[in-house]
Amino acid sequence: MAGVRFSYAGRVVLDNLDLAIRAGESVALVGRSGAGKSTLLKLINRLLLPDAGAVMVHGRDTRDWDPIALRRRTGYVLQEIGLFPHLTVEENVALVPRLEGWPDARRRARAHELLELVGLPPAEFAARWPRELSGGQRQRVGVARALAVDPPIVLMDEPFGALDSITRQELRSEFQRIRHHLRQTVVFVTHDMDEAFALGDRVGVLETGHLTFTPAAAAR
Amino acid sequence: MRLLNFWMTHGAELGAMIERHLFLVLWSTVVAIAIGLPAGIVAAHRPRIGRPLLAAASIAQTIPSLALLGFLLPLPFIGGIGPRIAIVALILYALLPIVRSTAAGLRSIDPSVIDAGIAMGMTPRQLLWLVELPLALPSIVSGIRIATIVGIGTATIAAAIGAGGLGEYIFRGLSMVDSTVILAGAIPAALLALVADGVLTWVERRLAPGRHRLSRAAPAAVAAASVLVAALAAAGIGSARPDAIVVGSKNFTEQVLLGELLAQTLERRGLTVTRRLNLGGSFICDRAIRAGDIDAYVEYTGTALAAILKQPIVKEPEAAFTAVRDAYGRAGLSVLPPLGFNNTFAIVVRGADATALDLRTIDDLRRVETRWRPGFGYEFAERTDGYAGLASAYGLHFTTPPRVMDLDLVYRALASRQVDVIAGDATSGLIKALDLAMLTDNRRYFPPYHAVPIVRSAVVLAHPEVREALAQLAGTISEDDMRAMNAAVDVEHRDVAATVREFLARLD
Repeated sequence: MAGVRFSYAGRVVLDNLDLAIRAGESVALVGRSGAGKSTLLKLINRLLLPDAGAVMVHGRDTRDWDPIALRRRTGYVLQEIGLFPHLTVEENVALVPRLEGWPDARRRARAHELLELVGLPPAEFAARWPRELSGGQRQRVGVARALAVDPPIVLMDEPFGALDSITRQELRSEFQRIRHHLRQTVVFVTHDMDEAFALGDRVGVLETGHLTFTPAAAAR
Repeated sequence: MRLLNFWMTHGAELGAMIERHLFLVLWSTVVAIAIGLPAGIVAAHRPRIGRPLLAAASIAQTIPSLALLGFLLPLPFIGGIGPRIAIVALILYALLPIVRSTAAGLRSIDPSVIDAGIAMGMTPRQLLWLVELPLALPSIVSGIRIATIVGIGTATIAAAIGAGGLGEYIFRGLSMVDSTVILAGAIPAALLALVADGVLTWVERRLAPGRHRLSRAAPAAVAAASVLVAALAAAGIGSARPDAIVVGSKNFTEQVLLGELLAQTLERRGLTVTRRLNLGGSFICDRAIRAGDIDAYVEYTGTALAAILKQPIVKEPEAAFTAVRDAYGRAGLSVLPPLGFNNTFAIVVRGADATALDLRTIDDLRRVETRWRPGFGYEFAERTDGYAGLASAYGLHFTTPPRVMDLDLVYRALASRQVDVIAGDATSGLIKALDLAMLTDNRRYFPPYHAVPIVRSAVVLAHPEVREALAQLAGTISEDDMRAMNAAVDVEHRDVAATVREFLARLD
C-alpha cells in the first residue's frame, strides 16, 4: 500500500498511508471507532478503491484485479458474521467452493475438515441451521467459511467483537492454533489491545488517518 | 336447501365456472409474478426507479374494477369481451402486492448477510439467486397469496364482460332477483379464496423453517367480503332529502332514460327529486323500493311477473298488467298505467345473415342451429321466460352452449361475429345502428314487457300530484320513440338529461 488516500462523504479517512505486509505475516490493526480500520481492510479486497495512491495485492494493483477473482482469493470474517440463514452450517462453509465449481464430494470433505479444524464436530454441526448455534459457534463457522478455499489472504473485521469475554478468550487461543496450521497472511482489526498483541506479528495503530507500528515482540 | 338443489341441478355448469374462475386467476397471477418479481427486484435495488414503480402499481389498484374493465374494453389487442381483458385487469390488480412484497422482502434482508456475500466474491447475479431471492421468498409468497385472494374476489366481476367464472351466478342472481343464485356463485368463490389462502400460507411457512407467521389475509378477506355484502345491501341507500321524491333505475341505458323521464316529469310539477339511477339489476331496485330507499322506478310487466313476483307467465298484455298491479298493490306499491312501448325480448341476428339465409322468424333458426353460436345476457340465460322456455317452445337445439355476458355487450359481440344469434331488447338503439335484424316471434312465445312506473303507495297518498304527473305519461312512448332515445345515448353518445328534455318538449 503506497500513498493511499481515501475519503468518504468529504471526510478524509486514510491519508497518505503506506503499509507493506509480507506473505504469511499476521498484522493487527487497532484504533478508535471511525479511525479507518475497516476501510483499510475493504481496500485490500477491493470492496473500496482508493482515491489516490495504490493498493497492491500479490504485486498487482487492485484496480487491475477482477474484483470477483480477488475476493474469492481473500477470506473475509465480519464482526456480524453474516451467515446465510437459509443454508445449513455445511452449506455456508462450502459456499465459496460451490461458487468456484468444486465437485460435491470435495466440497463436502473440505467443509467437514474445516468444521473439525474450528472445533465443531461435523457429525453434530454440519446439518444445523445458523439460528441453532450460539454466538461463538457462529463465529467459528464464519472463520471456517473464510478459510474454505484456502485463500492466501484472510481479512478479519473485529472477528470476536460481538462475543462475551470468555468465548472470546477461547476463540482467540483457538485461532492461534489454527494460524500455526495454515500460515496465511492475516490482517485483522480489533479494538482490543490484548487481542492485537496476542495474535499479531505486528500491531498497527490507526489514528487520524495515519498508521504507526509497534513490534509485537517488544510489547510482550 | 334451495341452494344445494341449485348446485345439484347445475353441477356441470358449476364445475365449468369454477374451472374458468381458476383459469382466470391462475393465468393472471402467473403473468403478474413474471412482471412483478423483476419489478420488485428493481424497486428494491434502485429506490429511485422503485418509488414511481410502486406508485404506478398503487394507482392501478385504486381503479374500481368495473371502471378498469371499461377502460380496457376499447383497447386494441387486449380489448374486446371475453377472458383476455379480464386477465389483463386481474394482472394489474395482482401487481401491487407482488411488487411490494418482493421489494419489502429484499429490503428486509440483514445487510451483513449481503456484505458477506459480496465479500466472498459473489457476482450480483449469484447474490440475487443464492442469497437474496431465497431469503425474500417467504415474503414474495405472501405477496402472491394476497394477489391470489384478491384475484379470486375480483374475478367475479369478470362475468360482467363475458369472461365467465363464478361471477356469472352472482350477476345472474342480481338481475334475476334470486339470492340463491347469488350465493351459488359467492360461496364457491369464498371457499376458493380460503383454500388458496390456506395452501399458500402453508407454502410460506414451509419456506421459512421455524418462522411462524399468522395469516393476516384471512381476516382481511372476511372483512373485505363483509364490506362488499354491506355495500351491496346498502346500494341505493343514501341520504335523500326528507321531502324529496327518490327516483331509481336499473343499470342500463333505457332504464336510466326512464328514471330521468320520471324525475323530469315530477320536477316540472314543482316537486323536489333525488336521482338514484343505475342501481343494478331488478333485484336491487325491487329491494330498494320495498325498503323505501327509493320511491319510484320503471319496471316491465313480464319481468315483474316472472322474475320478481315469481308468478306464471301471462301472455295477454291487459291481464299481465292487472296481475302485476294487484300483486304490487298488496305490497304497498302502486303500479301506474303503462308508458306505451313493449320492451320484449328480441331474437336478433346480423342483418346480412338474415338477408343471405332468408331468416325472418325464430322458426327459421332451426335451419342454422347446428352451426350457430348463441349469446345471451344473464337474465335471459336463466329466467323461465328466457332461453329454456324459448328452446322448448320452438324446439331449438343449439350445438354450442350459449355464451353468457352483460346485456350491453351482446350486440357488439354479435356484430363482431363472436356469436351468431342473441337475445336482446326490442327497444335497443343498437339494433339499427349495428345493422342487426329482429326475428319475428311467430309462435308468440315471449310475454309482454310493457313499461310501467311503480311508486310507493305511501308517496302517492302524500303527494297526489305524483300520480297525476306520471299518469300523463301513459301511452306516450312508442317502441320507435324508445329506440330513438336509446340510440341517441348509446350510439350518438348524447346526454341522457338533454335527450329526455327534448322528448318531453315534443310531448307538450
